[in-house]
Amino acid sequence: MTKSTGILIVSHVKEIAEGLVQLLDQIAGDITIKTAGGTDDGEIGTSFDLISDTLESFEEDSVLCFYDLGSAKMNLEMAIETTDKEVELMRTALIEGAYTAASLLQADVQPKELNRQLEKLIIKE
Amino acid sequence: MSTTEKWISWISQFTDQIIEHKADLNQLDSAIGDGDHGSNMDRGVKAVKEKIDQGDYEELTDLFKDIGMSLVSKVGGASGPLYGSAFISMAKASKETDDPSLLLEAGLDGITKRGKADPGEKTMVDVWHPVVDSLKKGTLAQSDIDEALESTKDMKATKGRASYLGDRSIGHIDPGAQSSAYLFSTLLEAGVLDD
Ligand SMILES: Nc1ncnc2c1ncn2[C@@H]1O[C@H](COP(=O)(O)OP(=O)(O)OP(=O)(O)O)[C@@H](O)[C@H]1O
Ligand SMILES: [Mg+2]
Repeated sequence: MTKSTGILIVSHVKEIAEGLVQLLDQIAGDITIKTAGGTDDGEIGTSFDLISDTLESFEEDSVLCFYDLGSAKMNLEMAIETTDKEVELMRTALIEGAYTAASLLQADVQPKELNRQLEKLIIKE
Repeated sequence: MSTTEKWISWISQFTDQIIEHKADLNQLDSAIGDGDHGSNMDRGVKAVKEKIDQGDYEELTDLFKDIGMSLVSKVGGASGPLYGSAFISMAKASKETDDPSLLLEAGLDGITKRGKADPGEKTMVDVWHPVVDSLKKGTLAQSDIDEALESTKDMKATKGRASYLGDRSIGHIDPGAQSSAYLFSTLLEAGVLDD
């Protein structure tokens, strides 16, 4: 059975986002993990439209979003402002944070405990 | 000339400036960032042009909203959500006023809400902030824009890509400040401020 919370990975580089999903899939087979990497035309950067569409495509009502640099955060914030889903912007180191969240979600750890574990990985303003 | 016409002429002059200076903006961004600010803005303003060429604008709100959304969708770097948020804020403000100083102040609010940069952090805010101040006093001149732009050179970046360079970001003009300087020079040239 799939879990009620999904994970979205936003990166400037498509392959970074997709590579991270490969890493997570190994330990979190029941979690929906999606990516929005690169711009619409496959260049390095981030795309509001791609992020927004990917967010909407989750069946889960709750999504944790991990991201890399600058515009990834700003575009995510804009997408979050325009969705009805319950979305959390995760200010952790991208790989370590997403890995921790995926492991804990797979193990049915409750949100409160999950956030406590992620707290020490926060590196972004 | 109706108000929207002046604003449209501003945006089209800004578009020309960005296209003309694409390489210069990339160059500035190569020194302290990832070298794409010119290409990002070029993609954005071309999308804006395509969008507004199709429209027939009677309301500033519709014009600014289309500009903002095109930039958000097409720029692909931090300047997309930042300039995009500026124009979306201006669209909202234009429901109440057509005073350029109030509209651009709303634009600045949109940028700071999105990027959380204060003046002095070596970003486009360092041009927007003093320019909006001068606009509100009714004294904006090209020299104010030049001075604001130049002031970014000695700043140390604490926001955006350049912040990863720390002290090494000192000594270079900020690319987003340069594109914003084009935005405000063309504002003067297009006569948006004339009655
Ligand atoms: N937080 C911020 N607040 C205000 N302006 C910012 C901020 N971050 C970056 N900028 C501005 O954006 C300009 C860079 O725009 P550009 O289009 O090159 O995006 P980028 O930095 O390459 O994007 P990304 O975040 O995707 O790497 C900077 O020169 C600066 O003026
Ligand atoms: Mg750049």
